[in-house]
Amino acid sequence: MKFRVERDMLAEAVTWTARGLPTRPPVPVLAGVLIEAAQDGTVTLSAFDYEVSSRIEVAADVAEPGTVLVLGKLIADISRQLPNKPVEFATDGNRVSITCGSSRFALLQMPTDEYPTLPTSPEATGTVAGDVFTQAVAQVSVAADRTGTLPILTAVRVEVSGDKMTLLATDRYRLATREITWNPHSSDVDTVVLVSARTLSDTAKSLGAAAPISLGLGSAAGGNGLIGIEAGRRRTTTRLLDGDYPKVSSIFPASSDSEAVLSTAALIEAVKRVSLVAELHHPVRLRLSDGQIGIDAGAGDDAQASEAVECTFTGPDIEIAFNPHYLLDGLQAVGTPYSRLSFTQSNRPAVLSGQAEADSEADSSYRYVLMPVRFGG
Amino acid sequence: MSRRQFPRPRLTSDDDTGCHVLHVDMDAFYASATLLDHPHLRGTPVIIGGGHRGVVLSATYEARAFGVSAAMPMSRAVRLCPTATVLPPDHDRYQAISEAVMAVFAQVTPFVEPLSLDEAFLDVAGAIRRLGPPATIAATLRDTIADEQGITCSIGVAPTKFVAKLASGLAKPDGMIVVPVDEVVPFVQQLPVGALWGVGERTEEALHRLGLRTVADIAHTPVETMRRALGETGVHLHALAWGRDERTVTPTRREKSISSDETFAHDIDDPQEIRRRLLRLAERTSARARAAGYVGRTVSIKVRFADFTTITRATTLSQATDVSREVYAAAVRLFDALALQRARVRLVGVKLEGLVEADRAPMQGMLGEPDHGWREADRAVDRAGARFGSGVVRPASLVGLSGRRPPPRGGRA
Repeated sequence: MKFRVERDMLAEAVTWTARGLPTRPPVPVLAGVLIEAAQDGTVTLSAFDYEVSSRIEVAADVAEPGTVLVLGKLIADISRQLPNKPVEFATDGNRVSITCGSSRFALLQMPTDEYPTLPTSPEATGTVAGDVFTQAVAQVSVAADRTGTLPILTAVRVEVSGDKMTLLATDRYRLATREITWNPHSSDVDTVVLVSARTLSDTAKSLGAAAPISLGLGSAAGGNGLIGIEAGRRRTTTRLLDGDYPKVSSIFPASSDSEAVLSTAALIEAVKRVSLVAELHHPVRLRLSDGQIGIDAGAGDDAQASEAVECTFTGPDIEIAFNPHYLLDGLQAVGTPYSRLSFTQSNRPAVLSGQAEADSEADSSYRYVLMPVRFGG
Repeated sequence: MSRRQFPRPRLTSDDDTGCHVLHVDMDAFYASATLLDHPHLRGTPVIIGGGHRGVVLSATYEARAFGVSAAMPMSRAVRLCPTATVLPPDHDRYQAISEAVMAVFAQVTPFVEPLSLDEAFLDVAGAIRRLGPPATIAATLRDTIADEQGITCSIGVAPTKFVAKLASGLAKPDGMIVVPVDEVVPFVQQLPVGALWGVGERTEEALHRLGLRTVADIAHTPVETMRRALGETGVHLHALAWGRDERTVTPTRREKSISSDETFAHDIDDPQEIRRRLLRLAERTSARARAAGYVGRTVSIKVRFADFTTITRATTLSQATDVSREVYAAAVRLFDALALQRARVRLVGVKLEGLVEADRAPMQGMLGEPDHGWREADRAVDRAGARFGSGVVRPASLVGLSGRRPPPRGGRA
């Protein structure tokens, strides 16, 4: 094998491919990046950990086609540090030599015959704007379970029905859902898949927001238990989670009694400051009444803090307490200058949604349902 | 109850000036308390413990004369002393007596540090003007407890906690020793190293390897040598060897954990059966937490195998709980993670740690939870248990399992 490639293209491709490689993989070969040079002038880099596969193609001058497997982290570190000159790869016995300007590296080859075959990407089901998808994934994955107590709740539930795509995640304490429009290749597509929130958000972030993203949704496209997510030359597959996602439709409050509209940034700032005195697992209290939200934390002999934020408030006064981290997760994910908070009772879930202006219509494409904290006894 | 007996060092005076720390230790507490209901057994060997697989909780001094000691396997104790009467423990009774005794202490000084049901440290410095010198206070305490509760205790009177504890151990049974300030150093240094607080078998062996057999040997070893040999423990022992003990009597230790263990009548290797026992222990632990008004975030299990190797595993929950079902779920997760291949298990235990008072603990609500959930169900079970005896309402899978604990006497609200 022998090929020559531009340094920047190489660095970008290797960094992307190697981004999720495990430092201590169950099988040593899984720490590798597979480099395949084809006669037609493309070099494909791939990585796979049985859950996620990543593949990227770069253009190169291929003198001699071939396949090698090298340690992913190492080649990523090397390619980032190389001088800005063409890089030449060549096999040399059981080593791979990398030459760039006056630098030369010789890396040990890993056995390619032990490397698993990468799954074939499912056929694309449709496309979605990169920025929309990336934002939607980030908005819902904050609410996914990280503890793994219930494995199914580590997933983002992705439902497509015609040109509507609904992403949803919950850890039983809060639930986030976002509706977006996408372009399915066929209008009668109707399916639900479960994808690990961590891998989905890593993948969405790594694909970037610029290019349109093509999705191949598991069974709908014949790809068995896989979702294929691609953007440009970057292609990934992720294994879907098995199981029944809990029924969540009853969780959304049917109506609300009190509503507050306020500046998202102002509330974030205030909650951040006040929560400094809240002990671990202790809440911040919100007191909503006409024209303002009073926020305070701390009680008894402990440190205390309070602050007020202006708001437009309708309905009966309410006092409610939240885990400050959960509240901030929602406020930071909503992504609009204004937020609308809807309440019924102080022991019932509150709903956070976005709004472009203080007096514009409510935008319910994103909803963050948050269960309050109460005191036991 | 002291593990080992040491010859009693000689003391030349009983000047109690400056000896404001009292260590009060009931004599063979569980045995004496049990005998209150069995007066005809007084003066005979009696062993308190459960089942032939259990351990000795306590024994009368007559039984101890045969070599029976606490924590010894029941089967061995019975072999050592075949004439002994074996009686089951009555924990409710012990609790009641203990509370009465602690109430007597509280009349003397607010500085009471209970170590267990049957022993406590008292700092009487502030009571001297009111009640007389420490030795007098100690004598009054011994009389009061004997009169009111019908059981005896031994008291050590000394300037520090550690010397007071040593002294009460040497005063047993039914005695009192005052270690005057001037005699603390000779008193301590006459003792073997094993007498020092915190020296168990391991540390004792380590000290013996260094040729240190008496406390005097430790005292005359440079502190740096002790540090090199035993780390901070060594420094601490050196201080103790000169009678220095910085620890003060700290009142009301908060309960740090609540646990229940069960030694099986026969080793169990069926995981399903072990899970059932874990369920019962989780129920018991959680009920005790609820009764005490605590919730805890950390659940741990203890598993002792047939060969006595013991392992513990702990997990921290996302929020504090006192719900039996949640404690059980965590315990089973820990147990299943051990992936035992039908190992023979002798004992399991379930512990709830990281306790905070329930009414101060914030509870993160859960989406879609019913208004009346497991928490409320547990409360209802507790109320039924208080009225009709614990265990009247229990999970269906435990119905076939006989309860080990009789219903409490009298009603508790």
